[in-house]
Amino acid sequence: MENTETGKAVRTTCPYCGVGCGVIATPDGNGGATIAGDTEHPANFGRLCSKGSALGETLALETRLLHPEIDGQRVTWDAALDHVSSRISDIKEEHGPGSIAFYLSGQLLTEDYYVANKLAKGFIGTPHVDTNSRLCMSSSVAGHKRAFGADIVPQCYDDLELADLIVLVGSNAAWCHPILYQRIQVARAERGVRVVVIDPRRTATCEGADLHLPIEPGKDSVLWNGLLVHLADKGLVDWRFIGDHTDGFPEALAEARGQAGSIASIAIETGLNGIDIETFFSWWSEAPKVVSCYSQGVNQSAQGTDKVNAIINCHLATGRIGKIGSGPLSLTGQPNAMGGREVGGLANMLAAHMGFSPADRSRVSRFWQAPNLITDEGLKAVQMFDAIADGRIKALWVMGTNPAVSLPQADYVRAALCKLELFVVSENVVSNDTAAEAGVRLPAAAWGEKDGTVTNSERRISRQRKFLPLAGEARPDWWILSEVAKRLGYERYFAFESVSDIFREHASLSHFENGGTRPFDLGVLTDLSPASYDQLAPVQWPISQPGASGTERLFGEGGFATPNGRARFVTVRMPKLAAEVNEAWPFVLNTGRVRDQWHTMTRTGLSPRLWSHISEPFVEVHPSDAETMGLVQGQLAEVETASGKAVLRTLINEGQAPGSIFAPIHWSGQNSSAGRIGALVHPFTDPVSGQPEAKATPARISPLGVAYYGVVLSRVVPQIDDLAYWARSATSFGWTTHIALREGPTDWGAWSKTFMPDGEQVSFEDPSSNLFRVATLNSGRLEAVAYFASKPELPSLAWLASIFERTDLTANDRRSVLAGRPIEGLADEGDIICVCFQVGAHRIREAIRSGCNSVEDIGCALRAGTNCGSCVPELRRLLSDATSVSLDAAE
Amino acid sequence: MRKRIAVVGNGMAGLRFVEELVAAAPGQFDITVIGAEPQPAYNRVLLSPLLAGEIGLEDVSLKPADWYAAHGVTLLTGAPVTVLDTYNRSIIVENADGGMEIYFDACVLATGSNPIRLTLPGDTLDGVLTFRTTADVDAMSQFAQIGQPAVVIGGGLLGIEAAYGLARAGIPVTLVHIMDRLMERQLDPEGALYLKGALEAKGIRVILGAQTKEILGETRVESVILSDGQKIDCGLVVMAVGVQANTKLAVSAGLVIGRGIIVDEGLQTTAPNIFAIGECAEYRGICHGLVEPAYEQAKVLADCFAGRTSAYGGSVPAANLKVSGVPVFSVGNFSSDDAEVLVTRDAGLETYRKLCVREGQLVGAVLVGDTTDALWYLDLIRSGADITAFRDSLAFGRAYAEAA
Repeated sequence: MENTETGKAVRTTCPYCGVGCGVIATPDGNGGATIAGDTEHPANFGRLCSKGSALGETLALETRLLHPEIDGQRVTWDAALDHVSSRISDIKEEHGPGSIAFYLSGQLLTEDYYVANKLAKGFIGTPHVDTNSRLCMSSSVAGHKRAFGADIVPQCYDDLELADLIVLVGSNAAWCHPILYQRIQVARAERGVRVVVIDPRRTATCEGADLHLPIEPGKDSVLWNGLLVHLADKGLVDWRFIGDHTDGFPEALAEARGQAGSIASIAIETGLNGIDIETFFSWWSEAPKVVSCYSQGVNQSAQGTDKVNAIINCHLATGRIGKIGSGPLSLTGQPNAMGGREVGGLANMLAAHMGFSPADRSRVSRFWQAPNLITDEGLKAVQMFDAIADGRIKALWVMGTNPAVSLPQADYVRAALCKLELFVVSENVVSNDTAAEAGVRLPAAAWGEKDGTVTNSERRISRQRKFLPLAGEARPDWWILSEVAKRLGYERYFAFESVSDIFREHASLSHFENGGTRPFDLGVLTDLSPASYDQLAPVQWPISQPGASGTERLFGEGGFATPNGRARFVTVRMPKLAAEVNEAWPFVLNTGRVRDQWHTMTRTGLSPRLWSHISEPFVEVHPSDAETMGLVQGQLAEVETASGKAVLRTLINEGQAPGSIFAPIHWSGQNSSAGRIGALVHPFTDPVSGQPEAKATPARISPLGVAYYGVVLSRVVPQIDDLAYWARSATSFGWTTHIALREGPTDWGAWSKTFMPDGEQVSFEDPSSNLFRVATLNSGRLEAVAYFASKPELPSLAWLASIFERTDLTANDRRSVLAGRPIEGLADEGDIICVCFQVGAHRIREAIRSGCNSVEDIGCALRAGTNCGSCVPELRRLLSDATSVSLDAAE
Repeated sequence: MRKRIAVVGNGMAGLRFVEELVAAAPGQFDITVIGAEPQPAYNRVLLSPLLAGEIGLEDVSLKPADWYAAHGVTLLTGAPVTVLDTYNRSIIVENADGGMEIYFDACVLATGSNPIRLTLPGDTLDGVLTFRTTADVDAMSQFAQIGQPAVVIGGGLLGIEAAYGLARAGIPVTLVHIMDRLMERQLDPEGALYLKGALEAKGIRVILGAQTKEILGETRVESVILSDGQKIDCGLVVMAVGVQANTKLAVSAGLVIGRGIIVDEGLQTTAPNIFAIGECAEYRGICHGLVEPAYEQAKVLADCFAGRTSAYGGSVPAANLKVSGVPVFSVGNFSSDDAEVLVTRDAGLETYRKLCVREGQLVGAVLVGDTTDALWYLDLIRSGADITAFRDSLAFGRAYAEAA
């Protein structure tokens, strides 16, 4: 418990994106912690983005799974572990090891990942181990392996500050990797670094760019092939580097020339303006140092691996790789996608950057002393769930991820889960769309409770440290896996007593019979003592030699991980989207993230302030498309693909390319009626990486006819039946629920009582304007308020949040709540004294204070008492009260 | 020689006319005010708190006797006018000496109205009262001191104020009303329901749809029998079923009378130099029983006398229940037929607000429990202003509309 001491600051790492920022957490002794950026961490030097800054708001236990459960019943750990291990044994016995699958997560720590991979691939003997990194990074992995012979990121973050030109391809870094974006922007301001964004959408990232290339979806490699031709034709290639360190340049160039030989042909293919293309080419060629960053816009594509290689080809051709300020840099989306890749947690890897060659298999088999080492690749994520749907896979263990939301065809995936004979989840939260279907729910340690390492996008291993006690009966994933392994009879191979035991074994495997043949080598870390492990400072691998301090860049002087040590130019063919738009499906559905949410919001969704940026699932549409389709800003739209449907709020945005629509990926069945965008994504994958094409699904969009739009703000979740739409977000006081009704109730008052809490009802009805509003109060405290109108209109939500904080609401406040907005300078009259002129006691006392000392004076000043005169006695009383008060004061 | 003006009636309308006139044309007129009641004009609106014992007679008084003298006005009190001679321009005032004749150049009738007394078996019993004057309050207070329960007949403004005054004085009160809702001419059914609830919360028992059949008792009131046979024991019955214009003098003078003394926009009766204002006057078929139209008329007439151009165009009557502890305001046409209706309710504060809009204009308003903004609504209705631009904020009051 030494790490969970109240008030003791603990250095750890942020659990969100792949930037891997250092965080200092200081527990408050009540289960919470204050959060600050770690000024010494080389990823962020103290900065944190909105999501990281709000981590302290995500530590409460209300949504946590705290005990093991089987079929919804709480059980002991022994019962749960016995059940899981005996079912795995039985299913393996009956259907073979290949009927068992593991679906892991880039949010697992390296040590957890290592144990899962070892258990599955070495002992249970199933190759079907894949991870949500398949949805995120696998095209980069595949591209790196094709070009470099191993999954290596050659660059480091410092290059962003050292470059002269930074290209962001398919990356909304401003929202998705905010700290790197800030570093880029500082360099831009201080050094005049140029920034180019290549993205079909005009995103927030473009605000800090010198050039935006709104490329047509899927066409990136044409542009990069064109750049390769430009470099060759202008004599800007580095022949020495090409000759000494690469293979395949002539073939790659010939293909590039065929498809992208002129600016005109590139413009036609990519939809870009010729002048912009020329500008980009000349900037890229003339800048001494260039970093090309790529993210999901490149990866989540049926041509993703080719896009990666088309980018790398240009860097290889100019020798701009592994150089200070120059090289390709993949930006990962998860905190430990890189760590997962290192242990081999993808179906097409074995372990520690080793594959399925006889030598690699032999080495791993001997190291693990594995009785059942697999012989070949397993099923990648999308195919894995196909195998579940058709019954080939009978048992699935999901750890720390939410495939029923995030996978393509998510409705199909969710339905497939019901067919499993054994479905185990290791989870932080009581309920998500995946866990809801699971027979066995195991409470896993969450961020702040678990302990281990993660690797960020620049190969930097950082410690994620525990600073809170384990919640309830939650346990670390490695412990859960090891306990199952023991029950399966593999006790001596999984006798880990601590995370440092696991890390040493992992490091040892990377170093085992390596001798410089495999860049992924943690040789120096193989004998870290538990104390040194605990103190481990962030370090970039490879770190193979004693005394070495990590490696900032690789391949600057060649030395690639291919058998001949030479990098490979990949010949990138003409790209084509997996599915083209047509008359029935005329729009391309692009997907992505929003600034303040992460993944399926099981953590960020707990923070009220993160909801304040965007609180509903939405679809962005270009104004001309909106006009054609009859879509109106703020109204609801139904978006449909061949795989599924969603109901989303329409946002009209000129930054959206005509013909293309955009929706965020974060919403699930837990917080929206139909905001699960995964359900709409088609199942096509990249032929090399198996990564789904999540950003280009043919779709149609139409206005959703609703009679009423509404929003309910409440302290508890309202239960409302028969809604056309709902989306719920956390607030400081409880919940904001946006809703829509197909038709209005015949009696609004009676209907609202079905979901409003008990208490004093306050309402406003204006049926001819189709307005209805109702609030419930108790003892001057607002319990809930609901607004309905035939058009989408919102009250002032920030102001209402402040109203929920108060316990002394006045009559004016109650009226303001119905009005839905505050009113500046509306004096509280107090009791009305003069009915004729509506003058209240407060105003009269104020007039007396400022010099009125007779009924006549008050009448002149405020008109009070000058009509019917019935208040004159009260005016006299107020005058005499004031006199006695001032006499008292005088004494 | 200054023009002589005789003001018949020293009520709220008569006094206001005098006040306006001495302010507009100081010293220009020789004014005589003749009142039938023994004391100078007082504020009838305050009879309910006077009855409740919350205020004293001195609070009710509007202007002391020396105010009249100080402004050169002759005041005669306890002096009913028995004759109006329009031809000779004189009146005869009854006084202790048997009578005196006063000549005038202009006469202003401000004779007010009389409470209606129901004709019922037992209506002459001791303890059957009306609610109009301080004398009525005196009589009610004497019964109240005995502590016997009271029945107030009539659920209009006056009846509610009488019932409230009695209740505040500690008397158990039953308010019986013949209609199915209180203040049916000023309130819609829901607004009336809020008012009923508020009165009941103040300890007043309310019986609606109740016709009084007879009053029982030997010499004094002992009980009231309703037409459904219900018997309510009581020692006091207050009839507050309405007023009628006091036109007796005008009738005898041969003026044309409808419900009241018919006047034109100059407030002149059918006889030259004879004017009428207040509850006794009828303009375009309407006699108002409220103080505000009386004051409007007083002002117009004083302005005319002072030589200013002024004319009375009628009043939009706004009912204001002021002293019952339950603010109620009502103006205009609030029937829901073919109007756009905006309603706000607060079950906790027991407030209700209904607004009726037709063709972009506010045409009616009913406010119960919270009369903030009543005057603004009144102005909007009277001016016929186009409310389209701030219709969304209309129900929330002037501050919202002006911020919109």
